[in-house]
Amino acid sequence: MKPLAITARTVTNALGRGVAASLAALRAEQSGLRPCDFEDADLPTWIGRVAGLENEPLTGEFAAFDCRNNRLAHIGLEQDGFAAAVRQARDRYGADRIGVFIGTSTSGIGATEQAYRQRDPVTGELPASFDYQHTHNVFSVADFTRRWLGLTGVALAVSTACSSSAKAFASACRHIRAGFCDAAVVGGVDSLCLTTLYGFNALGLASTQVCRPWDVERDGLNVGEAAGFALLEQAESGDRRIQLLGYGESSDAYHMTAAHPEGAGAALAMEQALARAGLSAEQVDYINLHGTATPLNDAAEDKAILRVFGPATPCSSTKGWTGHTLGAAGVTEAIFVGLCLEQGFMPGTLNTRQRDPQLGAGVLLRAREQTMRTALSNSFGFGGTNCSLLFGRGDDESPSPLAGEGRGEEKS
Amino acid sequence: MNTLSVASIGVLAPGLAGWSASRVVLAGEQLYSAAPMPAALATLLPANERRRTTATVKLALQVAQEAMANHPSLDKEAVANHPSLSKEGKMQVYTVLASSGGDSEVLDKICIALTQPDRPVSPTQFHHSVHNTPAGYWAIATGCTLPSLSLSAHDGSFAAGLREAAALAWIEAAPVLLIAYDLPLPFPLSERRRIAAPFAVALLLNPDVAGPRLATLRFNRDAAGYATSLENSALETLRIGNPAARSLPLLCAIARQQAQRVILPVGDHESLSMEVEP
Repeated sequence: MKPLAITARTVTNALGRGVAASLAALRAEQSGLRPCDFEDADLPTWIGRVAGLENEPLTGEFAAFDCRNNRLAHIGLEQDGFAAAVRQARDRYGADRIGVFIGTSTSGIGATEQAYRQRDPVTGELPASFDYQHTHNVFSVADFTRRWLGLTGVALAVSTACSSSAKAFASACRHIRAGFCDAAVVGGVDSLCLTTLYGFNALGLASTQVCRPWDVERDGLNVGEAAGFALLEQAESGDRRIQLLGYGESSDAYHMTAAHPEGAGAALAMEQALARAGLSAEQVDYINLHGTATPLNDAAEDKAILRVFGPATPCSSTKGWTGHTLGAAGVTEAIFVGLCLEQGFMPGTLNTRQRDPQLGAGVLLRAREQTMRTALSNSFGFGGTNCSLLFGRGDDESPSPLAGEGRGEEKS
Repeated sequence: MNTLSVASIGVLAPGLAGWSASRVVLAGEQLYSAAPMPAALATLLPANERRRTTATVKLALQVAQEAMANHPSLDKEAVANHPSLSKEGKMQVYTVLASSGGDSEVLDKICIALTQPDRPVSPTQFHHSVHNTPAGYWAIATGCTLPSLSLSAHDGSFAAGLREAAALAWIEAAPVLLIAYDLPLPFPLSERRRIAAPFAVALLLNPDVAGPRLATLRFNRDAAGYATSLENSALETLRIGNPAARSLPLLCAIARQQAQRVILPVGDHESLSMEVEP
């Protein structure tokens, strides 16, 4: 495919607000995880919470959108000059030619959770202040984002559980390619709520310790919250910015919550990302794993990595820093991968002490400094949904592996 | 990258029991009456899965199943030679699922559980709570490993899904099954989000416009305007009462087999305009 450049980007998560906070924590190996202190949730687990959301309501013309998820979207959009960059792009393309593609799994369900606790004891009705459309509805966060940015074209919420914001990149690529828009704001926003905290706990997937991806003692994930956004535009020749080179998507067709034991669907997604970019597995320098730290997910992803890349490609999971940010994980880790490409830095796998001897992927426990040209990011989710994104460092010095004959032929 | 054919349709709603029974009603040849919706059987699901799943999953899968069964070349030699429709006898087709709010019955149960002591969220309810649950069941039932995307654009979900499906079909040069569905919400959510009646529709879209088809869609890139409404007031009531039923002007145009411009609403600012041709 024709690469798309990331011309602006931002992340907000448990490591802090903005790209610099995440990068500093990744380099300093400082986790953002803490024992669960969300609302009154009484659960023996750790979470990745964004500090201060409780005190920053949306007001004025955006008051109807006020809920934890849209507060997080709002704070995220205002970091790193992202909203300003989109406004500049809007002047170039027109407000109706920049699409909005936001991944979320639970959107603002927290507002409904709270409303159910305030039901009228006689009639059972929800409090008058509850606004379903602008908070809980899946589209709410995409609607908020486009209104905040003053965009009037294509806008949709992708909701495929934990692959949501990775697949939002794929959807944006398709809409640009098909001419439905010229550029795209791609994002992911998922916030802490009781539904996911108690839900993962009920499934026995929430760890009582900090999550330890690929560790022999790994026993589950930590739920986190995050907002991440990227502005995607057609790459120019000699473009030095980070570029999306390919995406791959697949369905497991196996089980609603358990990953395919051989990682067949995950392998398919990675292979298709490579094929779309016209790259071979040997040309990928680093893989940011989905790596949630649940025993079965890591085992399945390990098999898939071994099948496609073998044991040599360096890989790591950054969930030990942020927790599993669900629908926001795809864009969060896509931006992490971009930072790593720019910095020539591969993070280790925080909290992981002893690699599971049953697993064979080239998982890094400590950071490594190394120049990279391409890196892959994996995101998988409930329902057997898989998505892999392949990014490259735009560079006009050495010939890009994608600029030449090796470029993948796309159908149509 | 501007035209698509509609190869087959599945539909289920009050008074619309499958495409072949509904075609005459939507064409205006037979009076529409909002008879109770027949049960969504979704026989494609294994019996044990069917018992466990929800009304939302069954509704989505029923129309998907019908569209695939109505495909003009199914059971013919062409299927055997079409890699995206048949692989080891399985239904291999890209899917796009569009729903405003997903499975509100499940979300209601979870929110009720969260008000109770110890917050006993059921693991089954939780894994059914994701927006892509019907996509997961479809993949399991059909063995289809091709990508699937589940999306929402509130009341504009159908048109947003159609646009995603069109882009996917053009880029992959393969058929795409678009499935749109929404059901009335349970009380008390029903007081804050009115979906009047259940509605689901599935369109098998083919970038190859020369093949067997019910209609061809040609997108108007610059034209916009007010969303097409329906003359029949009962059908118009159905249309505005459910995001998936925003597809009705398109379905009526296809049923009439006459060239017509159809404009579907996508949002406050936006619409999707197309020429529907027999």
